[in-house]
Amino acid sequence: MVEYRIDRRSGIATYLQIVQQTKQALRLGLLQPGDRLPTAKEVVAATAINPNTVLKAYRELEREGLVEPRPGLGTFVRRSLARPGAAADSPLRAELAEWADRARAAGLDREDVAALVTSVLDERFGAGAPPTTSESTVRNGENG
Amino acid sequence: MSDDNDGSGALEAAGLGKKYRRGWALRDVTFRLPAGRICAMVGPNGSGKSTLLALAADLLTPTTGTLRIFGEAPSAPTTRERIAYVAQEKPLYPRFSVADTLRMGASLNPHWDQTAAERVVDEAEVPLSTRIGSLSGGRRTCVALAVALGKRARLLLLDEPMSDQDPVRRRRMMGVLMAEAAERGTTVVISTHVLAELDGVCDYLLLIGDGRIRLAGDSEAIQSAHRLITGARDGSGIDAHTVVERRTTGRQLTALVRPTSPVGDDWIVREPSLEEVLLGYLRSPEAPPLVTASARPVAEDGAP
Repeated sequence: MVEYRIDRRSGIATYLQIVQQTKQALRLGLLQPGDRLPTAKEVVAATAINPNTVLKAYRELEREGLVEPRPGLGTFVRRSLARPGAAADSPLRAELAEWADRARAAGLDREDVAALVTSVLDERFGAGAPPTTSESTVRNGENG
Repeated sequence: MSDDNDGSGALEAAGLGKKYRRGWALRDVTFRLPAGRICAMVGPNGSGKSTLLALAADLLTPTTGTLRIFGEAPSAPTTRERIAYVAQEKPLYPRFSVADTLRMGASLNPHWDQTAAERVVDEAEVPLSTRIGSLSGGRRTCVALAVALGKRARLLLLDEPMSDQDPVRRRRMMGVLMAEAAERGTTVVISTHVLAELDGVCDYLLLIGDGRIRLAGDSEAIQSAHRLITGARDGSGIDAHTVVERRTTGRQLTALVRPTSPVGDDWIVREPSLEEVLLGYLRSPEAPPLVTASARPVAEDGAP
């Protein structure tokens, strides 16, 4: 089971925070296939957010094939996002840590390194699209 | 959660007006609140929020227009069972204990749910044996909320329920309310003059100013209908859009607009937060109102 922390000042839509935290838990192995997500009622009782927001987040996770609703039982994890290569003891991580040490030795500070990493990520994986919501499009002709 | 979304709205006003001796408290109010929504009713003090709630609770009679609750008049016997109203002054019997108050709720309401009522009182850490008269304002509000939830109403009308709560209890009470809404699809209307209280809670918004509707509808739709744009003071094209508020600082112009077409490249454009939208309207009483599609009454004659 996971517990969601909602940051109202983050500027990130609340449902997206739930989506992101669920994915994070899936990556870290805190949630595994077959696990049940908390019910909307459990989430809102703890976080005092709107129940429709939780349902929206769960629909999004379902759309991405990560969870599935089982009527009368709850919402269950279908697949994990944990990848062996991303684990704490993986060789890739060790190489990255070494590289970070070299960057620091070369005099780069945290922000320099982050900028460098982002630019390489953009180059190799394509520019990361900002989180989009279908609702954020301007609705023309809504002016009444 | 909102199965009856497409039937009659939980609350539907058409041309609603209320005149007191000192003048109009509400004028020509028309909107529709679909069932299953959590609605924040926001507006300055004295803007007509309490009048609207009291009309819905059948404590006042409209001067003009109509108000329907799940399709029926506020005075209909079925409506009385369907709604629970917590007034701003939380009228409870001061000499009753909390337990007495809940017992009264049980004997007056056929569908009383003692467990639900006691859950609220527990969350608020109010002992059942305490007399109402010796409770702080905030705790008394919790008891009033307990009675409202025990009634198992389909529509909760709460007039400034959080204004006298400390942050911890406010959060708990909101959690209890949202759990109720999640479980039973209850429609909730909460009036406040502090939107921050309802940030992340409401999915529907009614902004009332000077007795009139200024914003009504889905909060996401309201938010996404607006843009905050910044550019040069003599920048062109701004008047092509519906301008809610504009401010100039030196050579810079900042405006809250409802774009009617894509905003030109010479502007820095971003989507405002809901609070920024509200503040813009509150500072600009003359800004044209916006009623989104979901808040427009379903016309019976088939007209759009």
